[in-house]
Amino acid sequence: MPDSLRNRFLALRSAAPFWSLRYIEETRESLAVRQDTLEPPGLAVDRGAMLTAIAEGGHGYCATSDLSAAGLQAALDRATAWAETTRSASVYRFDPRRMLAPKGERRVPPGGAPALSRRELAELLAEECRRAKIDDRIVERYAGVELCELEQLYLTNTGGEVRQEFRYAIPHAHVTANRGAETQTRSFLHAQQGGLGELARSGFIGAGARLADEALQLLAAPNCPSGKADLLLMPDQMMLQVHESVGHPLELDRILGDERNYAGTSFVTLDMLGRYAYGSPLLNVTYDPSIPEELASFAFDDEGTPAEKVWLIRNGILERPLGGHLSQLRAGVPGAAAARASGWNRPPIDRMANLNVEPGTSSAADMIGSIERGVLMRTNVSWSIDDSRNKFQFGCEWGELVENGRITGVVKNPNYRGISATFWRSLKAVGDASTFEVHGTLYCGKGEPNQAINVGHAAPACLFSGVDVFGGEGP
Amino acid sequence: MKDHFFGLADRLNGKLRAGETLLCSLDAERSDFVRFNRGRVRQAGSVQQRFLSVRLVRERRQAAATVAIAGDGEDWELARGAVARLRGDLAQLPEDPWLLIAEDPISTETVRRGRLAAPEEVVQQVVAAAAGRDLVGFLASGTIYRGFANAFGQRNWHEVDGFNLEWSLFLPGDKAVKSGYAGFDWEPATFAAKLEAAAGELALLALPPRTLAPGEHRAYLGPRALDELVGLICWGGFSARARATKQSPLLRMEHGATLSPKLTLLENTEAGVAPRFQHDGFVKPASVTLIANGRLEHALVSPRSAKEYGLETNAANARESPESLDMAAGGLEPGEALAALDTGLRIGNLWYLNFSDRPAGRITGMTRFATFWVERGRVVAPVSPMRFDDSIYRMLGDNLVDLTRSRELLLDPSTYEQRSTASSRLPGALLRSLKFTL
Repeated sequence: MPDSLRNRFLALRSAAPFWSLRYIEETRESLAVRQDTLEPPGLAVDRGAMLTAIAEGGHGYCATSDLSAAGLQAALDRATAWAETTRSASVYRFDPRRMLAPKGERRVPPGGAPALSRRELAELLAEECRRAKIDDRIVERYAGVELCELEQLYLTNTGGEVRQEFRYAIPHAHVTANRGAETQTRSFLHAQQGGLGELARSGFIGAGARLADEALQLLAAPNCPSGKADLLLMPDQMMLQVHESVGHPLELDRILGDERNYAGTSFVTLDMLGRYAYGSPLLNVTYDPSIPEELASFAFDDEGTPAEKVWLIRNGILERPLGGHLSQLRAGVPGAAAARASGWNRPPIDRMANLNVEPGTSSAADMIGSIERGVLMRTNVSWSIDDSRNKFQFGCEWGELVENGRITGVVKNPNYRGISATFWRSLKAVGDASTFEVHGTLYCGKGEPNQAINVGHAAPACLFSGVDVFGGEGP
Repeated sequence: MKDHFFGLADRLNGKLRAGETLLCSLDAERSDFVRFNRGRVRQAGSVQQRFLSVRLVRERRQAAATVAIAGDGEDWELARGAVARLRGDLAQLPEDPWLLIAEDPISTETVRRGRLAAPEEVVQQVVAAAAGRDLVGFLASGTIYRGFANAFGQRNWHEVDGFNLEWSLFLPGDKAVKSGYAGFDWEPATFAAKLEAAAGELALLALPPRTLAPGEHRAYLGPRALDELVGLICWGGFSARARATKQSPLLRMEHGATLSPKLTLLENTEAGVAPRFQHDGFVKPASVTLIANGRLEHALVSPRSAKEYGLETNAANARESPESLDMAAGGLEPGEALAALDTGLRIGNLWYLNFSDRPAGRITGMTRFATFWVERGRVVAPVSPMRFDDSIYRMLGDNLVDLTRSRELLLDPSTYEQRSTASSRLPGALLRSLKFTL
């Protein structure tokens, strides 16, 4: 499709000085086994294009699944009409001369292990589901995989042309145990780029029995104790912590007010850049597209900005926000290649891509050994934060009590709460490279119209002091 | 759109082989989307999307595919190709013991033509009305199409024109009032009146804010705040599958816990705006009672759960979540809500709710937008955002004083992947106490 589409694009005409086409073709398969029964396999083939026009001062888009020459021209006409309509009514005076004309491509790296047939894959999922059946108290067992191939083409009437390919094979599983009015779930998600060869190194093999055993352990465990304590967050919970209380507050469109009607604003303001102590001097946060397997690694964002690693927070000091090209023009500050759309039918907005915490120097053993009384938490299960991304409360599936430098037992329903603006300053140790893991989330929601997008987060384990921790209802 | 979809379904059915059954669904829309910030346009555009889903069934095996179609002659090749692929896949699949599809045709048609203003006119009206104000908002407007057709001759069609404009008016210091105008016939005077009414609230927000210490406070939740609370409970709370696997946040109700006898909750399809049919071809009953006078009643049972657990389906969607939620009114006159509150919090909106202990029904979340401290029935100060963490059984149980006599129809503004057709009709709720933690 992209070659024929390119030819159709070259024949398009618009009165606008700048226009572009962003085409996406995505093939997604889902396969899952639940309670030893194969769920109906799903296949989705989605393709369409968004035409964007920029006049002097105005901006408009139109997205269509009609990719014929007439369909594309009609969409460009509609986008151009919007650009004309908004010339004198836009919040920012769009300048067609400042739009990018990128050139480049990103190909999917060659796969590793040979691909499994769908039947072999279903048998693998069934095996994990079956192995989770270790006790009558196990009430739900689920193992699945999402397979996705994505192709993108970005063209501008000023000569820009970018082609990008992506491939994902994302295994996931959960096991639930119940006794009376008590239910506990353990889950697994390996959200990275790559083909089916990733399964072998993802930890998915054996996950069924492991999750079942851990769910039963939680069922028998006491609630997480309440009070001020040290908090050791493992990388799969650091993912959520950095996402909600660093990533979202640093989105430039939030800072500019675009999201105030829905996703919210930010406690961060532009005058904080370059001087605000976001966290302790141990905190280093980067926008990093350079880890190939991380979920949101790409070569160009959806406005055509080349993706390069940049420091957002260095030694605790806030340096720059997460804003794409248009937001950078509006705000007059540098940002990152952060303009992303969830699909062909949604316009780019400022998003996290890969937002990572850089490794420090502490080993896991050193961090645990330094804790007099604390809780280790892993795997997010609950998340809630205010609209300026300050007051948060997060919960995890799994907790372990740490006393006098030793792990002394499992605790259930571990929760903690805090305030972003002060929480990161309580960071007292950052795990070294041996604790560093690459994770990601598939459904970060934001924007009007709403968009759910994938985001990568890599982080080491991190230790915080004096955090308000607590458990669930009852003893 | 309708003729094109049913035409495709007819042609596909005409090509079926012996023993095959085909189910087709259409999810499509023509939408105009406009974002506003600081009283001006931030992002404006249009989207035309059409997704055709085909499900092939043979010898108790099934496979499904969804393809984006263009609305023209090339769609036939896409649809035929998808069915051919499914035919090949079926041979590799085991029998599905939980397969259940409607085999007794019940055809329906709902077409609701509205008087939608051209989006350019709405832009003009909003920008003009927002002059001098810090308005941020979003307009979604256009036609939504849903269709179903199966090889047994069933044909269902749902086509509705509608709009949903939500906006927030801000004062410096992140203080805001949120309001909206949603419906089927755009009336400029109605929009102007609603905007002015929201602007009137700004005077109260301009009062010096009060910061409350964590603790328990009496509270009045407006319908939009109650919608957030009940919306979270709908995440598994009425699902037959969640109940069977003990993952419902109302698990304790299955062990004898009850809510206030003032609380009755229905899935009221007849009074909602969502399609009456679902993707397996079943047509929904007029209503399903979910909670009656504080006691757990029927679950929403999808066809798949019906087979798995030996239940009768009530045509629930695959997620088994309500789409037309309806809470019975109480006895509190809306004009008396503040007097009944006396001293406490008037909460217009809640935000970002989640479970802090799901099986125990404990929920945390934030106040957002216009939240006020009230003394002796009068608003005295806006309140900074606060976090609550409390149990369903306290909030909607022992601590529920009353619900308002009037209710509000809230059209779901969600546009993830497509514009939502869900709605809820809810009263306001007066709580004896709500537990705040941060």
